[in-house]
Amino acid sequence: MEPLVEVKNLNVEFDVRDGIVHAVDGVSFTVHRGRTLGVIGESGCGKSITAKTIMQMVPKPGEITSGEVLFHYRDKYDPEGDIEVINITNLDPDGRRIRKIRGGEIGMIFQEPMSSLTPVYTSGTLIGEALHLHRLVPKTVGEEMAQNIKEYRHVTDEEAREISIEMLRKVGIPKPEQRVDSYAHQLSGGQRQRVMIAIALSCRPAMLIADEPTTALDVSIEAQILDLMADLQETVDMAIMFITHDLGVIAEVADEIVVMYMGKQVETADATELYYNPLHPYTRALLKSIPQIGKRSTQRLASIKGMVPDPFNLPSGCVFHPRCPEYMPGKCDRIVPKWTEVEEGHYARCLLYEEV
Amino acid sequence: MLTYIGRRLVYSFIMLVLVSFVSFIIIELPPGDYLTQKLQELQARGDRSAEMRIEEYRARYGLDKPLMERYWIWISNFIKGDFGESFEYERPVAELLGQRLGMTVILALSTLLVTWVIAIPVGVYSATHQYSTGDQIITTLSFIGLGMPSFLLALLVLFFAVMVLDQDIGGLFSREFADAPWSWAKVWNLLKHLWIPTLIGAVTGTAGLVRIMRGNLLETLGQPFVEAARARGLKNRTVTWKHAVRVAINPLIVILGTEAFPSIIVGNTLMAVVLNLPTIGPLYINALVGQDMYMAGTILVFIVGMIMLGSLLADIALAALDPRIRLE
Repeated sequence: MEPLVEVKNLNVEFDVRDGIVHAVDGVSFTVHRGRTLGVIGESGCGKSITAKTIMQMVPKPGEITSGEVLFHYRDKYDPEGDIEVINITNLDPDGRRIRKIRGGEIGMIFQEPMSSLTPVYTSGTLIGEALHLHRLVPKTVGEEMAQNIKEYRHVTDEEAREISIEMLRKVGIPKPEQRVDSYAHQLSGGQRQRVMIAIALSCRPAMLIADEPTTALDVSIEAQILDLMADLQETVDMAIMFITHDLGVIAEVADEIVVMYMGKQVETADATELYYNPLHPYTRALLKSIPQIGKRSTQRLASIKGMVPDPFNLPSGCVFHPRCPEYMPGKCDRIVPKWTEVEEGHYARCLLYEEV
Repeated sequence: MLTYIGRRLVYSFIMLVLVSFVSFIIIELPPGDYLTQKLQELQARGDRSAEMRIEEYRARYGLDKPLMERYWIWISNFIKGDFGESFEYERPVAELLGQRLGMTVILALSTLLVTWVIAIPVGVYSATHQYSTGDQIITTLSFIGLGMPSFLLALLVLFFAVMVLDQDIGGLFSREFADAPWSWAKVWNLLKHLWIPTLIGAVTGTAGLVRIMRGNLLETLGQPFVEAARARGLKNRTVTWKHAVRVAINPLIVILGTEAFPSIIVGNTLMAVVLNLPTIGPLYINALVGQDMYMAGTILVFIVGMIMLGSLLADIALAALDPRIRLE
């Protein structure tokens, strides 16, 4: 497996009026080329901020205080070329370098397809905008016969329109020749998300960040979108970072899973390993809280006791200890657990697996 | 589209008739009329034939007829382009307005242009640099601009010009050019005078517009499509102007149509009075105070007409600019 994005010990802080919030606190993971990484956690646990940090788009007043995001860049128009490792956190947030990566190397789709498309432009205009920035085509038709085409030029308006229609067809939008001239309000929620996917994939990115892409959609559309993403991933060899709070969804798509709680990474493992052998009490509690068909209806659905703590006033020791069913008094509230490889490739942050 | 515009024009016409009627009655409401004032004035001067002459006037202007009849005469002539005669100037209203229309429009358009050219970029800067020092300064200044009435500012400028610069800046022309035929020297003289009322008008207009632009843009910048545009690899500047401002500016079209457009006729009236400008504003105030019926009524009908035309134009422009809006 070839690494594509390595997040190393990332810390993002928000200095707001009421204090400092550690939105992302020491998160590390690797997204491999062509593979899918799932990031799961409840609302406000820092998963979206992590994704935005990879795009060097941390919203104000957030700041990356330490850690790095390494992007293994390979020119997609020169597959033989060398891999260059770029530390995204060092790039100017509005500089040329990061703007080449945004959209061109890493595409992103968002939680709210309803308002993610600029309302005054057609889907064709929006796809075209991305194409003009990132999509290159071989310079002349004649040279296409040659073995090595090294010269590329930007797409023309007509080509952009053709590619847009082609992309809309690929993401399963009916009558793409007409829909290319549709505005967001003329499309349904599912169609809008398909257009978002078309925009993101039109520039052939090496990775797609999907930030809760199906949360706002109903279940049947959700299934369609997930299938679409899986199909497209197969055909274009693209990595996906899939952010969700839905364990059912992530089970379907992810190869590897990162579990987050209050800005901290609590567990990371292969998807199957995590489902069959969850180590951290938080992950176990999450898995227990999935409703199951066939269970006796008199049984109450399991939930995690207590409330999400105040981010300005985090519990001492392990942040999960006040809600943890396996709380060890005197230990969990005093000692901050370390990131430990409990089994091969299976990491957790819990004192149950530490010698203390 | 065309049927919509047609329907709107019909509504506007009905509205105008109603407005003209109501305003006619309201102007009529205070006890007495223009001639009772005139009579007192003449008697005070010791004019013995005053009573007789007043009766003459009364017959000439039809003031002896009942209200409804007078309204009917006025409004039926109005449609033919005869707006009646001004009591005070003893000349046709159309002629008086015509004389001042040119200057009024020039002043209003230059004020509008300056206001919008300053307000939009400043408002955008203020929103994209929210809570920065620049934004704080702009915010403070625009609150001062909002709180300062334009006539007060005009008084201050006048005071400063007379006391410090020893210059008379009232009016739109120097004395020697006032009645002179048009020439380049006269145009230059106009420009030398025009910038003062333009700037005073722009200060108050800009302040409000900056706040609106800032508020609209801040709201738009928080929308997911702005983040999505950035995530596509666009420059911040492109995201701001092509995506955020393009969406945030639509509500301003309504302001342009319903506030800025009617202000072409009577914008900044009090400032115009203070600076003694040859525009329609001072004429309007005088007419209202002196119960100069036909003059006041005519200007009022024009103002309302401009508001309705402005809002129609704004709606058409909005429909053209925002695909979500359909004219039905």
